[in-house]
Amino acid sequence: MTRIGVVTFPGSNCEHDTVWALTLAGADAELVWHRDTDLTGLDGVVLPGGFAHGDYLRPGAIARFSPVMSEVARLASEGRPVLGICNGFQILCEAGLIPGAHIANRDLAFICRPVEVEVVDTDSILTRAAEPGRRLTIPLNSYEGAWVDPSRAGRVVLRYVDDPNGSQDRAAAVANEAGNVVGIMPHPERASEAVLGSDDGLVLLAGFVDSCGREVTV
Amino acid sequence: MTIPTDDLQFEDAYVPEPEPGGPEPLHRRLGLTDDEYRAICRILGRDPRPAELAMYSVMWSEHCSYKSSRPFLGRFPTEAPWVVVGPGENAGVIDLGDGWLAALRIESHNHPTFVEPFQGAATGIGGILRDVFTMGARPVALWDQIRFGPLDHPRNRYLFSGTVSGIAWYGNAVGVPTVGGEVAFEECYSGNPLVNVMCLGLMRADELVLGTAGRPGTVAILLGAATGRDGIGGASVLASASFDESSGAKRPSVQVGDPFEEKKLIEACLELYRRGLVVGIQDLGAAGLSCATSEPAARAGVGMEVHLEAVHVRESGMTPAELLMSESQERMMAFVDPAHVDDVLAVARRWEVDASVVGTVRSGGMLSVYEGDELVAEVPAASLSEDAPRYRRELGEPGWMEDLWSNTLGLVAPPDTSETLLRLLDDPSIASAAWVYEQYDHMLFLNTVVGPGHDASLLRIKGTTKGLAVSTDGNGRLCYLDPRRGAARLVYEAALNVALCGARPRAVVDNLNFGNPEKPEVMWQFRETVEGIADACEALGVPVVGGNVSFYNETDGRDIYPTPVVGMLGLADPMPPSPPRLDRATDGMDLWLFGLERAINLAGSAFEQVTFGHVGGRPSAPDPTLAKAAVEAALSLVSEGLAPVLHDVSDGSLAVAVAEICIASEVGVSLRVSDWRHLYTEDPHRFLAATDPDDAERVAAVAAEAGIPARPIGRFEGTEIVFEMPGAAAVVDVETAARTYREAIPRRLR
Repeated sequence: MTRIGVVTFPGSNCEHDTVWALTLAGADAELVWHRDTDLTGLDGVVLPGGFAHGDYLRPGAIARFSPVMSEVARLASEGRPVLGICNGFQILCEAGLIPGAHIANRDLAFICRPVEVEVVDTDSILTRAAEPGRRLTIPLNSYEGAWVDPSRAGRVVLRYVDDPNGSQDRAAAVANEAGNVVGIMPHPERASEAVLGSDDGLVLLAGFVDSCGREVTV
Repeated sequence: MTIPTDDLQFEDAYVPEPEPGGPEPLHRRLGLTDDEYRAICRILGRDPRPAELAMYSVMWSEHCSYKSSRPFLGRFPTEAPWVVVGPGENAGVIDLGDGWLAALRIESHNHPTFVEPFQGAATGIGGILRDVFTMGARPVALWDQIRFGPLDHPRNRYLFSGTVSGIAWYGNAVGVPTVGGEVAFEECYSGNPLVNVMCLGLMRADELVLGTAGRPGTVAILLGAATGRDGIGGASVLASASFDESSGAKRPSVQVGDPFEEKKLIEACLELYRRGLVVGIQDLGAAGLSCATSEPAARAGVGMEVHLEAVHVRESGMTPAELLMSESQERMMAFVDPAHVDDVLAVARRWEVDASVVGTVRSGGMLSVYEGDELVAEVPAASLSEDAPRYRRELGEPGWMEDLWSNTLGLVAPPDTSETLLRLLDDPSIASAAWVYEQYDHMLFLNTVVGPGHDASLLRIKGTTKGLAVSTDGNGRLCYLDPRRGAARLVYEAALNVALCGARPRAVVDNLNFGNPEKPEVMWQFRETVEGIADACEALGVPVVGGNVSFYNETDGRDIYPTPVVGMLGLADPMPPSPPRLDRATDGMDLWLFGLERAINLAGSAFEQVTFGHVGGRPSAPDPTLAKAAVEAALSLVSEGLAPVLHDVSDGSLAVAVAEICIASEVGVSLRVSDWRHLYTEDPHRFLAATDPDDAERVAAVAAEAGIPARPIGRFEGTEIVFEMPGAAAVVDVETAARTYREAIPRRLR
């Protein structure tokens, strides 16, 4: 079974939800502590949502120095799937694994509500199982949710249908050039069961789990 | 005049008097009366030391000791087979079956919020969470009930938006979802906003921990944030006194929160419980170290030796009194068997939580506090928590009640129905609270099946068939017009709301927000309210498992409306596979009214307040039989899957309730009533259902079986809300209604 590590920083809070949803998507998911430096045996890694290190200084600014991050960077460079959700997306940008950075939402208020996103690029570990043009309803839950990338090096793979927060190019999820590192601002794990309002996130998580189970060619 | 209930006289004691032109003596500056000073002398048999006075001042404050309210609170029913822990501990605990327990608690943070809304509200969240995870439970959800003066005043806008930001900042970052609550605006809260927060925690039965110090030899370990000078005397200076123009000067008494510290503390404590490493644990909230040492010792019938120099501090030079009174946030006192001290310190290190061994439990009942070798305080531990004075405050029915009741509006002709409905939907107390709850994480933990914006929130318990529904309800205007009827109606409303989610009412917590208890009229309102809540809980067979009393909600001599807030927990087992929601009405469904029209009564209605600025008349009394029938009917409709939509008829009455369904479901409706006033009468025990016409016979049978009148009053169709009544008709476009309803709060803040 595909083994996926979900990194827990002090202040993370979506780690258990992420394990729950990855399990629904068919993975064997386990928690990894931010001080662990041996990720041997894991087929992929998720940096979950929350407020790592309290988001002090700015989101992700301290988490990028957590001991686990050099291992995450190594896996990313080897072509292994690395997914950052919300705070995890912010950490990936701070760590330089995805281009760009995050600033406060346009209306300077926290946003927690379901939003619609459209699949615009399927060449990534997150979107590979989704049809191009498909619209998914996934909850957003962030304050510093607007992604900006003056370099224009980031590849937008999911785009908001309406612009909730002022993100550049209405980007909801962004991949690195190789497509094996993806950051997503909405929470696919919160859209993994119909009883909670939507299971649209499963197609993304299932695609990610499937990516983790494949041989890597770099 | 105030009559102490027990003998506070210690006439021989010398009570310090102010020097001419000098400052007040210490005990008065700390908020202790001369009589209370004498009582302390009697307990100690000598003059108190400064640090001892500090401890008594916070522990005997109204906020901590309930000295004015306790004589009345015994009236609440507190027992039921499913109650595991009733009032008196940090939180109430009830048995959900199959080894699951729920911990429940409600608290106010009114005074700190008025002084500094952002931190005041934020630390209210921190405090209520600690009350719940102190019991061994993981906090899984929060509800907040917030009340302000009208939004046309800039200061109220500042307090409102600051409060919402503070709750969002702390609640989101600490990682506990805020899944519901209430927002209301009323002139009486202009000088004194109300912020009540309720928290629900879940645990397995073997994880329950109590706030006990254990036996002699047990080691006390202080966990969490460093102690500083913030929040010195919050309980006595802020929460137990009234406000005037100098209240800004009290800002140093407001605590400052750190949600990250609290998050680490939660995870560390939950690991301690899981591994069975603590004997007992107590949070440090109001009254700080004084409370966290004396209360657990008193509960265990032991004493304790405490070493202040061991406390980890954030600034040097703090006096013993300051260390004992500090309300620095995010701290817990764990009581640990000596064999487990190293394990506890290791868990703290892993979660990056500071910890220091500050004391040892001793036999004999004395709390002895040292700084280095010097004994700075030595008092009987139980005297701080159990010997607080009780005041039997004088009470008297306000002279204004008769005038209020006879002051009816006496309308002859109906005002324009469409205009009235739009005005009601534009009222911030009725309008959509999405501006508020969309700033709160309300989805974390993947339990929120029905979230904010509904009559109650419904959470699933993963891995079980169970669901928990919670509704929180308050209505100051109704309680001002008749505290007993108003309070009872709130309990019935909350019970009906959880039943509309398919959950059976199981436990109540209440937050009683009142004015100055030294006024007989306020104590009368208080007593009436307690009676009303107790009557309704008895009728429903639902115990009160905890509560909070907030007095002195007055500014410049003006008291708030008596404002009880009732939190009701209901259990749905099995949880309905598809619980009713507001957005599931579709074209062709029938609209049923359960509970029918009784007498027409507009007293206390939002209609009179919003349309005419009128508050008067006497609201109708609740009917316990009908209330129970309504609950049973709602439960049957849900369990038989007959009603995709169920909605309580409350604030704004039938007109607003119907519009809310249409707005959420994006569908119109045509309905007929026999008198226009039925649209606005806020009669209790009524609810609406949207049902399939093919199910009409079964729906009628459910009503007959439960013993509640019910009939279809309309049909969902088209894109307009169409009211028909004798002599009048009105049409409101659903889209216009929706825009008005959604924009009411945000447009006032732009």
